[in-house]
Amino acid sequence: MARVISFQKAINEALDQEMARDPSVVLFGEDVAGGQGAGGELDAWGGVLGVTKGLYHKYPGRVLDTPISESAFIGAAVGAACSGLRPVAELMFVDFMGVCFDQIFNQGAKLRYMFGGKARVPMVIRTMWGAGIRAASQHSQSLYSIFTHVPGLKVAVPSTPYDAKGLLIAAIRDDDPVIFFENKVLYTVEGEVPEESYTIPFGEANLAREGDDVTVVAIGRMVGMAQQAAEELAADGVDCEVVDLRTTSPLDEDTVYESVEKTGRLVVVDEDNPRCGMAADIAALVAQNCFEELRAPVQMVTAPHTPPPFTGSLEDLYVPSAERIAEAVRKTTGGRVGAGA
Amino acid sequence: MTAGEAPAGVTRLGMPKWGLSMREGKVVDWLVAEGDEVAEGTELFEVETEKMDGAVESPAAGVLRRRVAEVGAVVPVGGLVGVLADPSVPDADVDAFVAAFQASFVPEEAAGEAETPTRVAEVGGRRLRYLERAPDDPAGDPVVLVHGFGGDLNNWLFNTEKLAERRRVYALDLPGHGESSKDVGAGDLAAFAAALGGFLDAVDAARAHLVGHSMGGAIALTYALEQPDRVASLTLIAPAGLGEDINPDYIDGFVTAERRRELKGVLELLFADQSHVSRALVDDVLRYKRLDGVDAALRQVSAAMYPSGHQTTVLAGDLDRLTVPVLAVWGSQDRVLPAAQAEPLRARGRVEVLADTGHSPHMEAANEVNRLLGGFLDDLEEQPR
Repeated sequence: MARVISFQKAINEALDQEMARDPSVVLFGEDVAGGQGAGGELDAWGGVLGVTKGLYHKYPGRVLDTPISESAFIGAAVGAACSGLRPVAELMFVDFMGVCFDQIFNQGAKLRYMFGGKARVPMVIRTMWGAGIRAASQHSQSLYSIFTHVPGLKVAVPSTPYDAKGLLIAAIRDDDPVIFFENKVLYTVEGEVPEESYTIPFGEANLAREGDDVTVVAIGRMVGMAQQAAEELAADGVDCEVVDLRTTSPLDEDTVYESVEKTGRLVVVDEDNPRCGMAADIAALVAQNCFEELRAPVQMVTAPHTPPPFTGSLEDLYVPSAERIAEAVRKTTGGRVGAGA
Repeated sequence: MTAGEAPAGVTRLGMPKWGLSMREGKVVDWLVAEGDEVAEGTELFEVETEKMDGAVESPAAGVLRRRVAEVGAVVPVGGLVGVLADPSVPDADVDAFVAAFQASFVPEEAAGEAETPTRVAEVGGRRLRYLERAPDDPAGDPVVLVHGFGGDLNNWLFNTEKLAERRRVYALDLPGHGESSKDVGAGDLAAFAAALGGFLDAVDAARAHLVGHSMGGAIALTYALEQPDRVASLTLIAPAGLGEDINPDYIDGFVTAERRRELKGVLELLFADQSHVSRALVDDVLRYKRLDGVDAALRQVSAAMYPSGHQTTVLAGDLDRLTVPVLAVWGSQDRVLPAAQAEPLRARGRVEVLADTGHSPHMEAANEVNRLLGGFLDDLEEQPR
């Protein structure tokens, strides 16, 4: 039965249901049990923000705290996946991922290819991303484009509790390595989620809103921001279509092209930095494949090319806002409104 | 909730509740002007919901005195859309009613009354979700609504509340469907009829009026043939089970469609007017299809009942054994089950074929179906048995 739960609870439920369904699913990472070695539920905090809470006692021996040694436990996850388990490793903040790139880029992403399909790496790495909680430059980045760049990895960036549960279950059942991005600001956002297990296929964008005038492609937390901008613009007679990519690898190019063919205008919203990011990639794909349909230059709304600032007032300016999105949309319409304008 | 009872001669025109998730609706068109005289059943205004648009009929005869919500207004369920009154009622009284209602109206959601609207019955080891609606003093036997292949209790969104003005109404999710357990057993008519019987037991319904759509019609018919004493009447809406033909593009397409685009084309086969297939409608079905166990359930049912474009069980030859009163409603533009399959029913009961209507008359011609069904049930109660 569908009921309203938080994004964080949806992720916990996906882990719980897959661990119940498949004994080969194991969790590990820094503090995913929390207080391991001490007895009692109170000590098993379940991750720094409590996302894995309740699983340590429910699945004895399958929720493992690791040392603060990312390359070691991500390497262990690759090895465990190759040898028959379905590990879900938590790498607390995506900002820390750099220390284990060899395990991810050269091992996890390559083994299936280099062994001619005879090896599988059914591994998920869960990680927090995004600015907005005053956690400064080393805990606030949006690095999904780096992983999207590497063939052999799949990348999910859910924007709603419903998508978070369905995409995480699909990720765990997938035989390829998946990097699963959880926006820390979205953790408390609530939405309707079925109690039952379900999957959402990778490579299928979601039309978060239908519209005829301007296509707004967005990712993760920016989907809600784009919807907010679309509401404001609707009052002015500008009808936006909001495309939520949901997974950046594989990428649902067709849905983007079909929307742009309808609207002739594109705004890409990405919380990441602008150079070599998803926004630039989508803009290039559309320029190459839908140039004839475009009626205005593509607009990109991204963070600036700076590290995420710690200072609250600066951080608020760093993250794209509904106002900036609306402004970019108005640039594509040149102030004119209505389909065919 | 029960803000401002209407004084004598005044009828409140409220925003209807069409479906479990409806909290508000948008008035997209007014079909009558202020000052127009309307009969009971006249279509007054059109409402857009997340799922489908529909026309609201006048609950009484009178004059439309106020359009409280203009076109484009979004009104919460139960909120005031307009006021109908006898011409003798002074304007001041109408205005006083509007003012009093608006001052005291609290939307359901805000009032914290959005409780879990469905329940679960345990039937043969399965969990069956159902919706129950009843007035304070329900008339006669309860009505049980049985959806079709791939459907669920929300398919009756335009019918449940209307029927429940007079009677106790149950709408259930069959095994493998909606939010019920996904185990369908053999997935044939006997298995579903047994589940329906188990459901009647679970809700203590010794006898019921059965209303079935498509596959649900064949299930209701099967049950009525097996247990005539427990069936007060049978209403078959574009029922399966009466002829061999069934459109394989619908059945196979529904089973295999994995993406929104494919599924939209399949769902369009359900309606004469394809604009009814909204994004929300497609999304709901897609979400259902992605639940664990649904794919296997649908494949089992389609293999057991509808392999390669024909129906395995045709009950037309058994109709002379049928002892219960029958009403059949078909759409003339049905692209899943041809309306010609209604022919064998003509000797057994009343058959209504609705023009410009597809395979889902209870959605596409909801007001007409509600009127036919309500009249059929009312007539049965007036007749001595």
